[in-house]
Amino acid sequence: MDFGYSEEQVLFSNSLQKLLSDSYNVDVRRALVEDGPGYSEDVWKAFAEMGLLALPFPEDMGGFDGTSVDTMVVAIELGRHLALEPYVPTVVMAGSALKLAGSDAQKTDLIAKIISGDLKMAVALTEPGSRFDMADVTTRAVANGDDYIISGSKSVVLGGDLADKIIVSVRTSGDTRSEDGLTLFIVDANADGVSRETYSLLDGRGGADIHLENVRVPASAVLGTLDQAWSVMEHVADQASAALCAESLGAFEKVNELTLEYLKVREQFGRPIGKFQVLQHHMADMVIEYEHARSLVCQSSMKADSEDAAERGKAVSSTKVYLGEGGHKSCQSAIQLHGGIGMTAEYELGDFVKRMAISEVLFGDVDHHLVRFGKLSYLD
Amino acid sequence: MDLNYSAEEEAFRQEVRTFLKEKFPQDIGDKTRAGKRYSNVDNGRWQAALYANGWDVPSWPVEHGGTNWTPVQADIFDEECFAVGAPRMVPFGTRLVGPVITNFGSDAQKKKYLPAIRNGDHFWCQGFSEPGAGSDLASLKTRAVLDGDEWVVNGQKTWTSSAQYANWIFCLVRTNTEVKNQEGISFLLIDMATPGVTVRPIVLISGEAPVNEVFLEDVRVPKENLVGEVDMGWTYAKFLLGNERTGIAGVGAGKADLVELKRIARVERKNGKPMIEDPLFQARLSRLEIDLKALELTNMRMLSEVGDGNPGAFASMLKIRGSELQQRFSELQMEATGAYALPWQQGPLEADWNGKAVGPDHAAPRAPLYYDRRKTTIYGGSTEVQKNIITKSLLGL
Repeated sequence: MDFGYSEEQVLFSNSLQKLLSDSYNVDVRRALVEDGPGYSEDVWKAFAEMGLLALPFPEDMGGFDGTSVDTMVVAIELGRHLALEPYVPTVVMAGSALKLAGSDAQKTDLIAKIISGDLKMAVALTEPGSRFDMADVTTRAVANGDDYIISGSKSVVLGGDLADKIIVSVRTSGDTRSEDGLTLFIVDANADGVSRETYSLLDGRGGADIHLENVRVPASAVLGTLDQAWSVMEHVADQASAALCAESLGAFEKVNELTLEYLKVREQFGRPIGKFQVLQHHMADMVIEYEHARSLVCQSSMKADSEDAAERGKAVSSTKVYLGEGGHKSCQSAIQLHGGIGMTAEYELGDFVKRMAISEVLFGDVDHHLVRFGKLSYLD
Repeated sequence: MDLNYSAEEEAFRQEVRTFLKEKFPQDIGDKTRAGKRYSNVDNGRWQAALYANGWDVPSWPVEHGGTNWTPVQADIFDEECFAVGAPRMVPFGTRLVGPVITNFGSDAQKKKYLPAIRNGDHFWCQGFSEPGAGSDLASLKTRAVLDGDEWVVNGQKTWTSSAQYANWIFCLVRTNTEVKNQEGISFLLIDMATPGVTVRPIVLISGEAPVNEVFLEDVRVPKENLVGEVDMGWTYAKFLLGNERTGIAGVGAGKADLVELKRIARVERKNGKPMIEDPLFQARLSRLEIDLKALELTNMRMLSEVGDGNPGAFASMLKIRGSELQQRFSELQMEATGAYALPWQQGPLEADWNGKAVGPDHAAPRAPLYYDRRKTTIYGGSTEVQKNIITKSLLGL
């Protein structure tokens, strides 16, 4: 039993911290979002040089054979520093889809480019009408000679604005909401018939709705087994959720840090407001939430690589529920404890609060994961 | 990071399981599962079984019978005991006064009291709280004045668990009124048979009377019954309260509660289906199970990160969350039972009762347990006091 970082993890956590502290501050980040491309290509290249983009890939492909715990160590720092780069969509999501289901040719071609920083990817698993049900897929592919023709729309794809290639879940057979009959395709973002509605999310990271209209792809674009993508989709979503929860934990740490600091410096009625017991107890509650969330984030990262879908799903859904509720409540308290300052766009608290909102909702909100946890736990 | 126990720890778990299978009185486990109340004889039988195996006082120094378990081992032991329905060991002798005596007592005190705790001759209760001293314990007023070779004690203790069974009580008494509250308190051991000691039970909203008032009127206590130094009792009391590292979170008890809750929810029906399939109920059950897992993991983090060190604010967090969970389990068990939780039935909780209870088997203990559990966020440092501790020690506010 051990909840600490390994020596290696301490090392790359520290160097990532240094990189992000040196590269980012609130003004740099806001300029990138408001006037720039929404991320820093320099930081992305620095990730590549540090080996972060190679972290989860097998050694024989130039990777470091990292686990989801290693990913967690990275994601916590990304959250603490509000990094904008598409690490989760490219490395965690597309990376795990390729590892889990990719052919040798696909892996050789794409993983090397991800590692070198030359390829950004995204994975599109939800649709405008599907909410969080990844089996509710109306985007369809029909065979046409050796090719497939894909039509449909995908919604709120994290990193979909920057992706060069997008992995799309498509119905190739079965009923609209069936887990059977789903196939993953690797689609070029610039292919004929692909159009993107891009936008900034609450926290400044980019997302997109992806529209596919008679997009022609070769059979070699199929990722994994035809009609049998469901278990891969679930695994990818679980790994994405685990990583986003770790990001959220990093942001949570900062929310608490900022709030505690404010309680010490802000004076009213002739003393620091942190001397008032009502406020102290709100702060204590936030710390209790944080520590318990941290325990669950560690657990879901340790289970996120598991092939046992039920065990993995329960761990990940637990974290989504817990952090979704506890983090949400703590963010509200943090704004309240700050008073008017917490409402201003200039002060950084709101940026961390919004980062946590992304992790709370993407790949399923609290209600979605409560139901999922219940199904996995009580219906046998 | 690694969630697994080491091979040694797993082997220890097996050893504990084997012991429990062979030596734990199964009828006591049946009582636990049926929600019946233990008698003092039950507690004695369980302690005797532990004593025979050398596991009755694990936290004591080895020369006095301790086991030198790691915090993880102690935790495994607790968890396995709860899993078979063993009652929580009455802590006053083995876990509370025992370690105070081993650390601060004289040789004569060690010789007299330690073996008697272990063989069951002495059964202890704790005289700390007073009518005017609860969360603000140091404001206690029970007075001890030296008269020749004896302390003469006058005052009143309250909320004294097990005083109806105990033959000894360890008390915090005021021996100096000239100094700050904390600096004028001493730690005194009193034979309950001494003239002037009167015990009166307090019936609680659960219907049970597990706590008492203890009146001390001109009670003459031999001078040598004072532990350590005069006026140093607050230090020993803090040691005693902080000494309880395992079991703060009540993870083992929570797991047993979860098993019982799921059992009830599979038996009870709603809309023609088991309650456990009702979406609203299931969501609440899921939240509770998730929160228990968060508590379990946080407890594991404390054990593996803090080790033998001072758990500090961690312990306060676990106390807060653990006690809230205990309450929520009893609450949801009661709710799952529906209207049959409402008949007020005390008889079925007694071990020797032969009547027929109203409603399903699990119904009778539900309301008494729910009301009993309200105490968990009050005793041992209330939730609010724990938040004050977190505020000071962790946050520096």
